[in-house]
This record gives sequence, C-alpha cells and structure tokens, in this order.
Amino acid sequence: MTLADLKRGDRARICDIDTAQPSVQRLMIMGLVEGTELECLGGSLGGDPMEFLLYGSALSLRRSDAQHFCVIPAPVTT
Amino acid sequence: MHNIFALYPHQSQLELMSEPTTINIPIEDLTISQQMTLALVGNPNTGKSTVFNRLTGLRQKTANYPGVTVEKRVGKFVVDSLSFDLIDLPGIYSLSPNSADERIAVDVLLGRVVGTPQPDIILAVVDATRLYQGLYLLQQLAELGRPIVVALTMTDAAINKNIRIDTNALENELGGIPVSEIVATTGRGMAHLRSMIKKVVDGERNTSDTSFWPELRHSAKTLEKKIGNSLLTLTEIERAIIDGDPTAVSKLRSALGANADAQIQECRNTLCGNDPPIAVETRARYNWITKTLPQLETRAFAPIRWATKLVNWLNRPIPATALFFGLMAIIFQAVFAWATPLMDIIDAATSGLGVWIQNTLPSGVVSSFLADGVIAGVGSVIIFLPQILILFLFIIVMEDTGYLARTAFLMDRAMRAAGLSGQSVIPLISGFACAVPGIMATRVIPDRRDRIATIIAAPFMTCSARLPVYALLIAAFVPNSNVGFANLQGLVLFGLYMLGILGGVGTALLLKRSALRGPKPSFILALPEFHLPSLRTVLFKLLDRARIFLRRAGTVIFTVAILIWAMAYFPRSDSIEAERLNAQEQASAILADDVLAAEISSINNEAAAAQLAQSWLGRAGQWVEPLFEPLGWDWRVSAAVIAGFPAREVVVAVLGTIYAVGAEANESSLTDRLTSATWPDGQVVFTLPMVLGLLVFYAWCLQCAATLAVIKRETNTWRWPIFAWSYMTAAGYLGALLIFQIGST
Repeated sequence: MTLADLKRGDRARICDIDTAQPSVQRLMIMGLVEGTELECLGGSLGGDPMEFLLYGSALSLRRSDAQHFCVIPAPVTT
Repeated sequence: MHNIFALYPHQSQLELMSEPTTINIPIEDLTISQQMTLALVGNPNTGKSTVFNRLTGLRQKTANYPGVTVEKRVGKFVVDSLSFDLIDLPGIYSLSPNSADERIAVDVLLGRVVGTPQPDIILAVVDATRLYQGLYLLQQLAELGRPIVVALTMTDAAINKNIRIDTNALENELGGIPVSEIVATTGRGMAHLRSMIKKVVDGERNTSDTSFWPELRHSAKTLEKKIGNSLLTLTEIERAIIDGDPTAVSKLRSALGANADAQIQECRNTLCGNDPPIAVETRARYNWITKTLPQLETRAFAPIRWATKLVNWLNRPIPATALFFGLMAIIFQAVFAWATPLMDIIDAATSGLGVWIQNTLPSGVVSSFLADGVIAGVGSVIIFLPQILILFLFIIVMEDTGYLARTAFLMDRAMRAAGLSGQSVIPLISGFACAVPGIMATRVIPDRRDRIATIIAAPFMTCSARLPVYALLIAAFVPNSNVGFANLQGLVLFGLYMLGILGGVGTALLLKRSALRGPKPSFILALPEFHLPSLRTVLFKLLDRARIFLRRAGTVIFTVAILIWAMAYFPRSDSIEAERLNAQEQASAILADDVLAAEISSINNEAAAAQLAQSWLGRAGQWVEPLFEPLGWDWRVSAAVIAGFPAREVVVAVLGTIYAVGAEANESSLTDRLTSATWPDGQVVFTLPMVLGLLVFYAWCLQCAATLAVIKRETNTWRWPIFAWSYMTAAGYLGALLIFQIGST
C-alpha cells in the first residue's frame, strides 16, 4: 500500500521509500521519512493532488509522488 | 579601537547551562565599519517578511540579485546605535537548493553572492507550530558555526493549538543558540529579539562545533585535513559530499587535484552506500528530530473549534470550487466597481489640467508638450494604479491568509492541461483585469519554466484596457441582432475572451513543449492554515508593489508616451496653422455667436487631423500601410495602431484625432466618422471582416509598455519581453489577416 491509496481520514506510517526521484527527496526533506505517521486529508478536484497532515501541518503532493511512499496503516488517534 | 565580535551563548539566557569554553574572536571587517549584515532565513510561510517589516519599517528596498530573477529585499534597522543591514532571503527547507530562489538563499548564507556580504549574523525564523520541519534547517544552520539568533514565530497560534515549547531546552539542544519567542503580526517579543541580536554582537562565541550528524562532520573533517588551508568551510565540504554543490566541488578539485572526485565519492559511499545522499541525510536528521522533539514540545489535545470544522468542510473539493469561483466573481466585481470611479476622477483631473494648460499658455509646442505629452503621459501611468492596486490588494490578502496556496492546490489538476501547475492560476486570472499584477504575482511559482510560460501567457487574457477598444468597435460595426437566443454583439465579446484564453493556454502548452521543455514538475506545497491577514504586512507589500510599478513600468510608459507625442506633434505645418487661423477669423466675422463655438471647434479638429496626417506618426502610418493593407487597414488605422503600442486604450483617442472629431469626442460622433471612412477609391474601410480582424488583432497583440517593462523586470532579460512582443504581434497580425482575407472573399 502506498500513500496514494489512502482515503480521507486514514492514518498511516511510512515504512519504505523509493528514494530515486528528486521530488521524493524534497518530500523527505520536508519530513516524509521512514517512521513518519501522517493522516490523509483527502484529494483536490479530481482526487489529485492529495493533502496530508503531518505533525499538525498540511502538505500537498501529487499522486505520482505519493506512489513512491509505502505505508502501513496506523491506529487512528483523535 | 579594537572591536570584539563575539558570540553566543550570552550569559543571561543560558545561566543554567554548563559553561562552554569561550574564545573571543576579533573580526577584522568590523574595525573598518560598524555596519553589520543580518540574514533572515527560514521555511516558507513562517512569517519571515512580517518579521522583516517589523524590524526595518519603511527603510527597505527591493531589487534583483545580479543575473537572476530572485527578489532581493534589503532593509536597515538600528539597535542601541548599532546599525544593521537586514537581507530577507527566499524561504528554504534545507541547504540543498531546488530552485533559483533557494540557491540564492544558500549562496548568500555561504557568502558566495557578488555584491552581498556574507551575513555576520543569521536570524533564523521558525514557525512554533511546525517545529518538526523547522528543526531540519535549524540543524544545518547551527552547523554553519556562525552567529545565530532564532525567532520562534506564530507562538500565539501554537498556544491556540495547545502546543507548548520549552525554549530553554531548544536553546540547549541547538548547542546554545539564543531563541526568542515572538508574535510578528502583533509585534510582541520584538524588543526581546532586538536585545538578543545586540547580545549576540556583544557576547561570546561558542567554539565547540555543533553537529547533528556526526558521521558527516567526521567525513568532512577527514577531507579538510587533506586540504591543508582553510579554503572551504566544513559546511561547504559537507554540501559537496551530499549535494555535489558545484562551487564547493570545484574548490575541492583545485585543492585536492585530480582525485578530488574520487575522494568525494569515497566519502559518499562510506556514508550512504547506494542510497541517494540526501535521503540518507534526511533519515539521520529526522532521526535526531523525532528523538529530541518530545523534550522540546508538548502537544495537548486541542478541542476542534467550529471555525476549524467550517474551514475543513470548505476545503473539500466541491465547496472549495464553489467558494473559489464565488470569490473570483467578487474580486472582479470589486476591481471594476471600485476602480472605475477612481479612474474617472484621474481621467477628469488629467484632461482638465491639460485643457487648463492649453487655455492658459499660448498655443504652441510648449503647451502641447505639457498638456498632450507630460500630463497625458503621467495620466496614462496613474490611470492604471487604482485597478492594479485593488487587484494587488486581493492577491496579497490571499497570500497572507494562506488562501493562495489553497487555490493552487484546488486548480492544479485543471492547470496541468495547459502544461502548468496550480500556482499559475491566480497570475492568469489576474490577467483578466490587468496583466501587470498577474505577472508580478508569478514570483510564487518555484519552477522557472512554469513561471516564464505563465508570464508569457498572462498578457493574452482579456485585460480591462482592451474593453474600450472592443466596446467601440463592436457597438459600431457588429449588428445588434440575435442569433438564436444569443445577442450577436455579446457573442463576439464572449468569443474575444475565449480567443484570449485560447491564445494564452495554447502559448503555454507550446512553450512547455519547446523552449521551456523539462522534467515534469512536481507539486509539493505546504498548505498553511487560514489566518486573518495582518494589516501591516498587507500595506507594506502593497506599497512595495506600487513602488515597483511606478518606478519600472511608470518610467517606460512615460517615456514611450512622450515619444509618441513627439511623433504625432512634429513636424508642424505652418500652412495648416495659417489656414486654421484664417478660417477661424472668417468664421468669427460671418457667424453668429450661437453657432460660432461649434464651427471653431470643427475647424480646430480638421486642422488637428491635417497636422497629424503630415506628422511623423501620420507618415509612419502611410509608410506601413502596404504592410497592413492585406488586413484591410488604411493609413489612419495603421497610425492609430502604432500610437497604441505603448498603451492600447490610447487608440480610441488617436482615432478621434485622426478622424477630426477631437480626442475627447463622444462615441457616436466617432462611430459616424468611422462608418463613413473610405479608401481613395470610395470603398468602405470599416467592413465587418476588417473590424473582426482588428478585434482579433487587439485580442492577441501585446500593446502595453507596462506589461513589457514588467516582463523585463520579472525575467531579468530583454529576451522574453522582445519574444512576447514579437510573438503576440505576429499572432494578432496573422489572426487579423486570416479573418479579413477569408471574410472578404
């Protein structure tokens, strides 16, 4: 499962990253590394780009970039 | 006097810390000048420019860095008779640059930009609600080993979200860097921040070098030992290992000789194995962050307020789309509703002043120069101001509240069809009022190719200056009849708007597939939370934009306006003038007072038309007539189009003069003249195909000196404005040619 498969309200933890793309490396600089937990806040018009919440701040990225992040579901904490 | 420039830690804040070893280091530069340079660094959207405005007030100026289109904002401020130059650097997330803006920020920090001194002190701005991301850059800044003060902003927002930050712990974890909590929007904590900056200047320097990724520092030190002299800082060596930073690598090559690259690669392999070095760096640094963060901040459960719930609902695609179009409609309504009365006042004032000058001074070159040249020239600059400022006001408020990022997120998919990203949407939509603020708003687009494609596409959008031309020609020549349920005149106007969009989108696509081809850009954007705009920030930015417009565009428009005036005025024909006086005399002798005024005005208009016909402008019209004849334009239309190149709306006034009804004529008298205008062989000039062609020409050609000046400023080269002008003029010409030729057969 990748970040791109998440639906609004899903929480997940990043477990593996395909780090080859420069855009993926930029996302890693912004905090999307292995172990990071995030929540999907849904998609834009047409479902792309997507919006995620990590450590309380929102970040948007395109599906094509989200596909490079493998995730495992994380328990919902509210 | 021997100046001691010594650095943190300063005693008062760090009494609790174990005393680090301190050495006082004299900085030679400071014995020459007391002027110190501070660089403002931080992630985007952390309130950096608000801090900048708080510190400098109005003592600031904006320019470009040499050779690039990155905006350089510099200001001055004084703390206890110590004077500081403050540089506002573009927002960055790390020292690995991704765009021209980010590269400048990194290069300034490393002291590599010609004309910009290496900052003596770094003022790092960190968003208290986004400490997780902020700590990444803070680690790298702390490792620079240069004096730093941290301004923790948005502390009010943090309190609202029940985030508590232990600043003492933060100072300690960063190796003794002073941290100041502020709320830049209200100014709270600014006095403390100033005193911190002063203390860093007066204080003592911590020589223990901090590193949050010791393995990298170790590698860098091994390389440093081989170099021998201190040609590079440790950070530069580190950036050479991680990013392959070109400047640092070439310095290493000159120091290490032939096998420099092999040695760098060896460091890279030892540290990172087969993984991309940046990926390994992010893992190491975020490992430290996730371990340390729990000691720095506590996040208690914050009750979700109804306002947050509302905002979350409004962010969903369908409500967000409705909101977006609703807001755009309101903005355009406001731009036109508020600007029109102001523009009318400016118009009345300038033409009133012109008439007053012509009535007061004896008629001749001086009075015409002042009235038709200077006053009209200044008028044509400031007539744009209300619209531009109102539009800017909305763009700045959208930016300041965080809504701009939202629109980019919302429209990204749609804009991808044009080969652009969501960040192009506001610049392009602005183009429907005026391309100038639209082009100046492209600074938010990080990708250079997207930015230039947007800049070239924006002038295609139907701006408000095209409307007087459209209104005149459509009302005069397009039949006011219905096609089905639609009005033909309305259809033509709608078609012209569509033609503008088509031209812009088509051009963007064409450019992105040819000259601006590149890797598919990604869309990575932090979406800031909505917050109320800060009046201070909005006003400062508005003032800044107005200054740029008046200085850059204003001078160009004014110069071109004077040039066109001179072309239309010189040379003067004495025989036409003598004839005019003679005709006036005769009229006064025989006509009664009630018809005399009308007759004199008509004599004057005829004389003005005759003078214009033999002026350089008229001659130029006649000279280029063969070029425009295939479009169905006679020399009069050609001359009016030439006169309209600095500002397209001028064409209506020039047509008024050329057809001898006076520049200020009402539309119906001009329409009568245009309808009856004929070629020497008696054929009608303004046929429907010719008018439609002329309309297409106006839809596509770039008759606006302000836009050209702004494109020059924003691309920092004459290449793009020259391209835009030639390309759009050619597009307009070919469009008009096609329509006239097809329509006339």
